[in-house]
Amino acid sequence: MEKFKEFKGLVATLDMSNVDTDQIVPKQFLKLIHRTDFGKYLFYHHRYTEDGGPNPDFVLHQPRFNGATILLTRENFGCGSSREHAPWALRDYGFRVLIAPSFADIFKTNCFKTGILPVELDGDTVEQWFKRVDAIPGYEITVDLVNQTLTGIDGFSSSFEVDRFLKHCLVEGLDQISLSLEHEAAIEAYEQTHREPWQASITAPDVGRLQ
Amino acid sequence: MSALLDKIWDEHLVVREAVRPDLLYVDRHLIHEVTSAQAFDGLRSAGRSVRRPDLTFATMDHVAPTDTNRCRPLQDPIAEAQLDALERNCRDFGIELLHMGHPNQGVIHVVAPELGLILPGSTVLCGDSHTSTHGAFGALAFGIGTSEVEHVLATQCIPQAKPKTLAVRVRGTLGSGVASKDLALAIIGRLGAGGGNGHLIEYIGETISGLSMEQRMTLCNMSVECGAKAGLIAPDETTFAYLKGRRYAPQGADFDRAVDYWRTLYSNSDAAYDRELVVDASGLAPHVTWGASPAQVTEIDAAVPDPESLTHEEEREAAVRALEYMGLQPGTPMRDIPVDYVFIGSCTNGRLSDLREAAGIARNRKVARGVTALVVPGSGPVKAQAEAEGLDRVFLDAGFEWREPGCSMCLGMNPDIVPPGKRCASTSNRNFEDRQGRGSRTHLVSPATAAASAITGRLTDPRELE
Ligand code: SF4
Repeated sequence: MEKFKEFKGLVATLDMSNVDTDQIVPKQFLKLIHRTDFGKYLFYHHRYTEDGGPNPDFVLHQPRFNGATILLTRENFGCGSSREHAPWALRDYGFRVLIAPSFADIFKTNCFKTGILPVELDGDTVEQWFKRVDAIPGYEITVDLVNQTLTGIDGFSSSFEVDRFLKHCLVEGLDQISLSLEHEAAIEAYEQTHREPWQASITAPDVGRLQ
Repeated sequence: MSALLDKIWDEHLVVREAVRPDLLYVDRHLIHEVTSAQAFDGLRSAGRSVRRPDLTFATMDHVAPTDTNRCRPLQDPIAEAQLDALERNCRDFGIELLHMGHPNQGVIHVVAPELGLILPGSTVLCGDSHTSTHGAFGALAFGIGTSEVEHVLATQCIPQAKPKTLAVRVRGTLGSGVASKDLALAIIGRLGAGGGNGHLIEYIGETISGLSMEQRMTLCNMSVECGAKAGLIAPDETTFAYLKGRRYAPQGADFDRAVDYWRTLYSNSDAAYDRELVVDASGLAPHVTWGASPAQVTEIDAAVPDPESLTHEEEREAAVRALEYMGLQPGTPMRDIPVDYVFIGSCTNGRLSDLREAAGIARNRKVARGVTALVVPGSGPVKAQAEAEGLDRVFLDAGFEWREPGCSMCLGMNPDIVPPGKRCASTSNRNFEDRQGRGSRTHLVSPATAAASAITGRLTDPRELE
């Protein structure tokens, strides 16, 4: 995975709380079996009208947010369905950083796996950022993941907390499966010592014995 | 002073290191067509294999049509490709799959418990947020994303930080006509849509012990709707009786040994929780959502709230937006709201007891004119049992449609869709914008409330029809 140390980008605002993953990527696109190109489906029902034309009122269509790579939004972003298509779409559209007072748990995990940094700040600080982005067109923020700080082009800055391990994985671009497979021997040992009937296989040889 | 979560956690700990989250072993990995294809692709391109296909179990549910003539290939070529991919992946890696025509096929969270796949004290993962359902058995069960699905396929383990705990202590008995769905909605209303984020909810108290397994599953299923990672209920005699003789549960002497172990799985009385909420079930009325989040909920006797009456600005803004989407005016009595569609089914309320409750209301009555009402059993066995009891006749005689098992109208990824602007009383779990179809307006309710609403053509307190 691509390493993520420092990142500077244009900020777009989405002033809504509890944005669920159904809104981020509607279910009709969950039937696709690849994991690329989801950017065109991002916020689909907001971005496009029923006849498929672009909805000029949707905030990401404002010219000033053209090319935005950081999304500033409100609490409980990414709630609902576990679909990883949501961060895939955000990433493919161009977002690398999300800033909000809180994110839903599964969504947050999915972001880290997709190379997106979700930054949680308290509600007041988020409000401060909203005011600045709204007031100054072309507002950019520099995200320093190593030092855990955000700095705006006007010098406004705040620091954030991030899980140490997830940070490490992003900064070094690590694949978590490889990390876990380093423990193959321990996994093997666990399997050898956990062979109670309630830990048994669910397929053969006993398939169908009660049917 | 161990809490149940700690007991399960310690039992599944494979590796603990200072710098990384704990690595836990996964006893059951459930998969379905929507969130697995990309995970298998990832495995293939990294040259990896499935570590324990024998602990992995698959069904087709989300895109499966539910009409009685359904057959493959599906009319929707993209959905067909998805089922095809699941078949290929299960075949290539040796994973048991319930095909669309299999007698046990159905919604993964209905199928897995009824086959005895979910056991107390186990860890259960699925690329699906409603995996929380299985906490009803005293299992640590939660939803994961597709990258994590790939991780579990490759390693049979999951790196995980232990969630915080929230005890929801429920007292008092649910009144007649009031379901565990109503209790779940009431709890979500109190906690808010994000109120459970970062927490596992353990449901405790005498009311919980008195619930059937199916009621417990409904409650744990909905836990994720307040953001909780999982729901959890300590196993007891009700759990053991449910599991006895189920296909994949231990049998005979093995079962007795398992029960001896399962009896040790409870939170000690001095277990500490990070938070606690006390709920009195005895005064609860049937609940119904008015907005576009499960937390935007009220009692059936109440009226659509005035956003101005809400305390927080964000809540007010969300309410204004929700009411506009839902086409509702503040002050309208909930019972005056007409419905066009009724959906009874899903992993929340698609089990036999749910269908029995709904049938109890529908018996010898007729669905109101202009209302389309669907009953979709959660699985093949639920359907077969309901038919053995004659419930299909009750529904059909009343004018409901009787369907094949699947997710159906819960999410509109298959032909069952609520058209734009139409209003649906639904026993599913999410009333998000566009969830049941673009522009659809969803009111989440219990099976009895859904059936009563189908009969009168408006949101209705089922106690009126008892
Ligand atoms: S019934 Fe609905 S909530 Fe349950 S698994 Fe299917 S789509 Fe998801």
